[in-house]
Amino acid sequence: MINKEEVKHIAKLARLGLTEKEIAKFQKELSSILDYIGKLKEVDISEVEPTSHSILVENVMRDDYPNPVEARIQQTAGKQSPKLLKLAPDTKNGYLKVKPIF
Amino acid sequence: MNLNELTITGIHEGLKKKEFSALELCKVYLDKLKEKDKEISAFLTITENLALSQAKKIDDVIQKDREIPHLAGIPLAVKDNILVEGVKCTAASKILENYIAPYDATVIKKLKEQDAVILGKTNLDEFAMGSSTENSAFGSTKNPADLTRVSGGSSGGSAAAVAANLCIFALGSDTGGSIRQPASFCGVVGLKPTYGAVSRYGLIAFASSLDQIGPITKTVEDCKIVFNAIKGKDPMDSTSVESKVSNLKFQISSLRIGVPKEYFVKGMSPEVEKVMEEAIKKYEEMGAKISEISLPHTEYALPCYYIIAPSEASANLARYDGIKYGYSTASKKQKTTNNLLDVYLQSREEGFGAEVRRRIMLGTYVLSAGYYEAYYLRAQKVRTLIKEDFDKAFEKVDVIFTPVSSTPAFKLGEKIEDPLAMYLSDIFTASINLAGLPAISIPVGKVKNLPVGFQIIGKPFEENTILETGEIFEKTYVDSSSITTN
Repeated sequence: MINKEEVKHIAKLARLGLTEKEIAKFQKELSSILDYIGKLKEVDISEVEPTSHSILVENVMRDDYPNPVEARIQQTAGKQSPKLLKLAPDTKNGYLKVKPIF
Repeated sequence: MNLNELTITGIHEGLKKKEFSALELCKVYLDKLKEKDKEISAFLTITENLALSQAKKIDDVIQKDREIPHLAGIPLAVKDNILVEGVKCTAASKILENYIAPYDATVIKKLKEQDAVILGKTNLDEFAMGSSTENSAFGSTKNPADLTRVSGGSSGGSAAAVAANLCIFALGSDTGGSIRQPASFCGVVGLKPTYGAVSRYGLIAFASSLDQIGPITKTVEDCKIVFNAIKGKDPMDSTSVESKVSNLKFQISSLRIGVPKEYFVKGMSPEVEKVMEEAIKKYEEMGAKISEISLPHTEYALPCYYIIAPSEASANLARYDGIKYGYSTASKKQKTTNNLLDVYLQSREEGFGAEVRRRIMLGTYVLSAGYYEAYYLRAQKVRTLIKEDFDKAFEKVDVIFTPVSSTPAFKLGEKIEDPLAMYLSDIFTASINLAGLPAISIPVGKVKNLPVGFQIIGKPFEENTILETGEIFEKTYVDSSSITTN
């Protein structure tokens, strides 16, 4: 069973506020899920390479010249910015406004 | 003619022959939707004005006797984690409750180019995390076949909307079974394409190495039409691939079907097992060659999935920080919100629901210092073994048959308090996402009044083979509910 301090530490890493009650709940739930996924310890993986991407794709290289597709993306991106700023909770002079760090 | 029960080709012909107009059709659907959706709660947003204006546009073209695309005028619904420009996109989360999509997802762009008519956005488990649609912040979707049962998840709203004839087809997304399981529970067709076959641009990311968008339809033929409309390489999604279409003619007599013994184990409902056996027997009668195969790492697929998916989710969902968009405590004049860290902690505490928080915690834990190798790296290696199991099996067979779910739709509330029991709902579907393969759920029978689907898994980019395999069953046994057990 993972302890309370671990739950608090993980929540802090995840930037997730938790109530005291939830800390106890997560202690229990995460422990039972971790027990379950711990089943993977049975598998012999000594000679196995990891898979991060299921379908074989390779990097696509191209010459460095202005690409019409990218130019179009950038153009639309420019038009998007007022729309995107409107979605932000707080802005000032076309910038996102945030609370002080301390 | 009942306009609510037509298929895509039926409507296309009707529109061309001017038996009805796109506007008439659209109004029939909107009226039915408003009336019937009170019962099942499949929709989160109805895009009435958008639908009506799209329908009018098509009627103008038809009036001038011009050719119309196959999907022109076809009313559809879109899972609410796929962006439609100018329309709210919530991912069924409070954190995106008021988020207006600033652009169209590539799949939406493609459907709009064909003049398909978007009726609205459908319910899901919050951020597509769940197997019952009960994790939605806006209430659960009920199964049209039995209102006391779940519609499945996470694309429960999309599957229920199609099953209840509230739209002709819907788009869903599938990370561990989220198209196939609700399709099975609701008695409709659901396709999870090969990873990369359909662009993910404009899909709200859950687990990026597993997510795929796919169609939910009433027939396999419709599924084919929609898949062909949305697939293809997209410059906006570097993982998308142009799939080669094979010219091989499909012949049931030369089809080799593998049935993995690991998928027929204890814990499966005997009725579902019986329906599966009947279906396999029918394929044998049609001339297919059935053989037992082995996928030895099957039992490790789900634990592997529940390491990889939450890991990717915890990283993807870091973007919801109360700064750029979405729910934020920064705009509230709360006295407790003093600094930037408070904004992060509080916005995420108040904005995310229980299951999403659980997966963020789990993903953060298995990725944190000291645990990365024990969990994440190990899971990636097991993922290789799972993929190799399929590669080996496909040397001997063309398609693989399995159940979609070990039971028909369960009762609302039955599993919601027990996260692990809910996770086990994905036991027959998650391995396919880990291996990146295409798979389809086809309605094959009923247990009492509850639909049961079976899963056909194919080789990468061989969607055609699994679609043909499903279609032959549908055509031979017109009444898809032909196998019934009590």
